[in-house]
Amino acid sequence: MNRTKRLVILFAAVLLLGGVALGATLHAAGRAAEKDRTQAGSPPVRSGEVGLDTPGREVFRNMAWGPHRDEIVSVPAGGPDGPRTASGVKCLRFHAASGTGICLQAVHGKLRDTYRAVVLDAKLHELHRYDLAGIPTRARVAPDGRAVAWTVFVSGDSYAGTAFSTRTSVLDLHTGTLDRNLEDYRLLMDDRPYKAPDLNVWGVTFADDDRFYATVATGGRTYLVSGDRRTRTLRTVHTNVECPSLSPDGTRVAYKKRVQGASPDAPWRLYVLDLRTLRETATAEQRNVDDQAVWQDDRTLLYSLPGNYGSDLWTVSADGSGHSRRALPAALAPALTGRR
Amino acid sequence: MYLADSRATPAPGTAGGGTSPVRRAAVVPGTVLALGTVSLITDISSEMVTAVLPLYLVAGLGLSPLGFGLLDGVYNGVSALVRFAGGRLSDRREGGHKTVAVIGYGLSALCKPLLLVAHGVPLIGAVLAADRTGKGLRTAPRDAMISLASEPAGRGRAFGVHRAMDTAGALLGPLLAFLVLRAAAEGYDAVFTVSGCVAALGVLVLLLFVPGRTGAAAPVRQTAAERAPLRALLQQPEVRRLTCCAVLLGLTTVSDSFLYLTLQRRLDLSESWFPLLPLGTAAAFLLLAVPFGAIADRFGRRRLFVCGHLALLTAYGLLVAPAGSSVVLVCPVLVLHGSFYAATDGVLAAATADAVPEAVRGSGLAVVQTGQAAARFVCSIGFGAAWTAWGDRTALGATAAGLAVSAAVSALLLRTPSPDTLPESAS
Repeated sequence: MNRTKRLVILFAAVLLLGGVALGATLHAAGRAAEKDRTQAGSPPVRSGEVGLDTPGREVFRNMAWGPHRDEIVSVPAGGPDGPRTASGVKCLRFHAASGTGICLQAVHGKLRDTYRAVVLDAKLHELHRYDLAGIPTRARVAPDGRAVAWTVFVSGDSYAGTAFSTRTSVLDLHTGTLDRNLEDYRLLMDDRPYKAPDLNVWGVTFADDDRFYATVATGGRTYLVSGDRRTRTLRTVHTNVECPSLSPDGTRVAYKKRVQGASPDAPWRLYVLDLRTLRETATAEQRNVDDQAVWQDDRTLLYSLPGNYGSDLWTVSADGSGHSRRALPAALAPALTGRR
Repeated sequence: MYLADSRATPAPGTAGGGTSPVRRAAVVPGTVLALGTVSLITDISSEMVTAVLPLYLVAGLGLSPLGFGLLDGVYNGVSALVRFAGGRLSDRREGGHKTVAVIGYGLSALCKPLLLVAHGVPLIGAVLAADRTGKGLRTAPRDAMISLASEPAGRGRAFGVHRAMDTAGALLGPLLAFLVLRAAAEGYDAVFTVSGCVAALGVLVLLLFVPGRTGAAAPVRQTAAERAPLRALLQQPEVRRLTCCAVLLGLTTVSDSFLYLTLQRRLDLSESWFPLLPLGTAAAFLLLAVPFGAIADRFGRRRLFVCGHLALLTAYGLLVAPAGSSVVLVCPVLVLHGSFYAATDGVLAAATADAVPEAVRGSGLAVVQTGQAAARFVCSIGFGAAWTAWGDRTALGATAAGLAVSAAVSALLLRTPSPDTLPESAS
């Protein structure tokens, strides 16, 4: 084949492949634009004031398409199907308690996107901000609103980026102390000091502003740990527990349990662990749950499942009875206001 | 220092008037440029995917692969075998290098559209494994082609040009992925499609512009080396020495991510700096690969290979030193890290090519590179354990001590013979 012929083939291929690439990008861009338009039948959303200290409201990330997509919105806890009030604050992950909010958000830069954690006051005004090392996955505020925690997902820089790990930080709002990485805490495995290079910590849930529960993974297993910020220790409590969520009365933990025989894509079911007896109770939710649940009250769990707009919120009884029920369509990362 | 030394010991064919280096500068062989272009294009494609994959998994698919990898450690062993098999297969018959390289690049290109349909962690893991298999297969035959296409005296520079182009692609890939996502929010499928198109273009450039037969036209016969390649290769003292040094130095070369993590912790860098650190290394590598390759040709490839590790040792030293807590240190550490790559990556391939006969060039390159990769993997595991047990500073200090010993031993082992007396069939 002579040079001219080869160049002609190359030129034709560049046109063809370039066309395919451009077409795919335009198609995806059109789809993205579609998400900025309000869809028929989706919950109505209008701008307004969202207060974290207004009692009796559910505050969450609005997933419904339209101009207020990804904004923190609120609805009356009694009438969740009513119009949503949008705050204008966009978050990927969100949680709130006692008038303090934590918002993990994306920052769109010129050459790359970054992420940051923003601490919000009751009017959703920014109090503090921190750069994040990776993609946000979990966020929690302590019941008294004086400490916050978040987990991001960092990936290795190796070819085909296959080494994933988590980084969990806890911030004391009272003193401003940031414990950047809970992996630096002392881990007591069955009361014995334990060290491992493959340690990962995620999914903090606070008991008060010093004590908390979280998940620790090492050696292919996960553990429920109780943590203490003053002594900087983590102590294993139970195995096979991910993304714990402590009940308001502090007696139980709702969590993701990896169950035998489930598909590797959908291995988790929603369970509740009694912290005194360590008895596990399966909830009536039969589907795979990949979320850190929220306790609506001492009897009811609120959690996310995949939905038409990415995520819907569902409720199920914590004692294993009844059926799961869809509580809020097109919603993620809920919190209840006016609760300590 | 380099200049003075290089004048004292000119490489064959470069002694003479001041015009000669200028003239030679113009003649990086077309095949090397073509292979460099293939690598540049392919790296754009693969780094596009690498850059968006975590976000795609978490935000796009809503998976939470917290705390476990997509590929486990077992795959590292498989990948070493694949790499060696790629080198060996490519030596089998004339034009074999290109055939195996096409298969390797082709396999990786096919994996990009497969990402569009793989929606679970196990399937995505399988696609990534296939992608890496392609990379493992093609590396040794590609380097064999570069070595066979370039004049022995200019081989270091030829590899430098290739590595610079390769790194440029790796820098451009994430940028292109970002632009696609900017145009189309959450358009991960568009990123994969564009990546697939780019990869296909790379394969096409390889097919069209890289000759099937490179180097000497000597018929490749069934030799003893081919029947038992590993043993026969390692029986050659030169190959044995190089492999030995590559392994020894690899055992004390901390993986990039650990180095960046240490850098961040020692200097207490803000989290948002972290993703930028690899860019610093890559930029230094990109800028220095060609000049260092040229220096290697004059100064001695093996010597520069060892010196490159001294740059790494200095970087470790800056991080371990008690004064090492100023943010100003980021720059020298990254430049030293990039220099390390520029002085060792392509240079090792060039030095290996000096020691391995043409008939088994692919196998020889595969042996040395596999040994190095395996040693670095072992180092990662050991360093991770040492970090946990003793903390980052002590772990790095111990590694630095090990690296100093390895470099000293390698300097002794690689001292003789000088490159001019190496077996090199006329080409």
